[in-house]
Amino acid sequence: MSGQDKMNRHVDPTALGGTTRLSARKATFGYDQRVISRDLSVDIPDGGFTVIVGANACGKSTLLRALSRLIQPSSGQVLLDGKAISHYPAKEVARRLGLLPQTSIAPEGITVADLVARGRYPHQKFIRQWSVEDEAAVIDAMEATRITPLSHRLVDELSGGQRQRVWVAMVLAQQTPMLLLDEPTTYLDIAHQIELLELLATLNRRDGHTVVAVLHDLNHACRYASHIIAMRDGAIVAEGAPAEIITAELVEEVFGLACIIIDDPLAKTPMVIPRGSISHGDPVLQE
Amino acid sequence: MSAIDFGRRTRIVRVLDGRMNFRLDMPVLLLSGLMAALALVVMLLTLASGDYPVALTDVISALVGQAEGRIHMVVVEWRLPRALLALIFGAALGISGAIFQSLTRNPLGSPDVIGFNSGAYTGALLVIIVFSGNYYQVAGGALLGGMVTALAVYLLAWRRGVQGFRLIIVGIGMSAMLSSLNTWLMLRADLEVAMAAAVWGAGSLNGLGLDKLWPTLLVMGVLIPLAFILARPMKQLEMGDDAARALGITVEPVRLTLLVVGVALTATATAVAGPIAFVSLAAPQIARRVTGAAGVALIPSAAMGALMLAAADFLAQRAFAPTQLPVGVVTVSIGGLYFVWLLVREARRQ
Repeated sequence: MSGQDKMNRHVDPTALGGTTRLSARKATFGYDQRVISRDLSVDIPDGGFTVIVGANACGKSTLLRALSRLIQPSSGQVLLDGKAISHYPAKEVARRLGLLPQTSIAPEGITVADLVARGRYPHQKFIRQWSVEDEAAVIDAMEATRITPLSHRLVDELSGGQRQRVWVAMVLAQQTPMLLLDEPTTYLDIAHQIELLELLATLNRRDGHTVVAVLHDLNHACRYASHIIAMRDGAIVAEGAPAEIITAELVEEVFGLACIIIDDPLAKTPMVIPRGSISHGDPVLQE
Repeated sequence: MSAIDFGRRTRIVRVLDGRMNFRLDMPVLLLSGLMAALALVVMLLTLASGDYPVALTDVISALVGQAEGRIHMVVVEWRLPRALLALIFGAALGISGAIFQSLTRNPLGSPDVIGFNSGAYTGALLVIIVFSGNYYQVAGGALLGGMVTALAVYLLAWRRGVQGFRLIIVGIGMSAMLSSLNTWLMLRADLEVAMAAAVWGAGSLNGLGLDKLWPTLLVMGVLIPLAFILARPMKQLEMGDDAARALGITVEPVRLTLLVVGVALTATATAVAGPIAFVSLAAPQIARRVTGAAGVALIPSAAMGALMLAAADFLAQRAFAPTQLPVGVVTVSIGGLYFVWLLVREARRQ
């Protein structure tokens, strides 16, 4: 694909009257000597539900890590509210941007409320360890994720779906306008995946959080995202509203999957149906 | 009171119009207080007993400066410095163990397991055997040996930051290597020198007086408050590096500071008294089970460490009196029992 094509398939969120608080400007980043993305620029639309998709090892989690300053770009910048994110004190970033990493560890023997309360750290000091605001934020976060009845339970004893809601509550207690989540639905069964996505959509639409999530399932992305960023080989192939950018050609290009796109009968969002080579009525299956 | 059910008795304290506020875990606080009180009782017993028994009432009047000359001399000048050192070193070892176990997220990640004690012993042995140094030179050698070992383990375990498990594996390897070096050094020494070195290597509070108490108080007066200030970021680190960084922790500087404080706490105790094993390994884990706290916590670990070492030193002095055991022999025995208990408990759970 030529550079010109690439430009045409990008929808600049600011051109649509949107704004951005978090963006990358010609950022090059990766691990040690291995560059994953080179000269990548992206704007996260403010108030949107952005989902980053792509095949395994396409650099989608790495992009999320760069946006949340877990890794430093070797050149270029990540900007938070117009200023390089690396120039902020660590706690100041944590008051604007919440992140749920792929793996977090619940200390042995911790209760739900105690874990959620740890999300208040960026708002606390040595002599201010439990303010009225801390208490209110934890109560709100547990209400929003419907875990209040679990608050006294040990985190180790919860089911996977409950535990993931507890972690989301911990990030919510941080009270940041932006929420970044790295593959939050992995390891959850289908019902709990939907439950979590509904929760994120509610946080986005009702409470006005800007949400950015890395997801594996393209149909989940189409259903819940207001903005999709599709990546391949560390570069952004396309971005925009699901209905505008999800085509059979794009899915073929990004995932290498032959498919057709139909309308989701309920949400009217694009739905990806893989073609595959074996179908019902295929003589191979009947033999 | 809090409107949130934390699953544990919790009290909120707000003073100065709410500008200072704390959330207190009451079981942790009360049980830590109980352990500290028990440690003080053991200290009183230690002050009362010995070749020259003193009544408890006389011990107390001696402590408040009301006793006659001879009792004052026995209790305050002879026995008190050693008893206080047992409490302080116990607390320091407990805190140090809690720091390392928290950083490595592993109950085996204590300074005596990851090579610090072996390194300190190597340093001391070199000074004793090769340079026949005096007490202070031996202490310096131990300090240097321990620090160099800690640094070497840290650097060898470094790969894009330090991970707990790698630190433990590298530390155990380093510890085994240094132990064989120590054995070799002992085999080359004259019998009397080797005996002295072995006594040092067991860890002992025998004969420690006021001259050791003041410098110890000075160093610990800096290190222990520093550890308590770092306790909050330390708890955040337990959730994983990414989660901690997302919550505003500067991970590597915080971890390095914690390592330095943890090493310095153990180093100070080791330089003065020799390597006292097992307190830093066992105290945080026993304290955690007693208080039911989430993860290892500094205050209960300090209280339990003080209680353990005070009790161990009482036994070391009285169990086979008039023979005085090195306190390290007693802590190793207690540690052995602890391990048996831990294994039985784990086996029953399965």
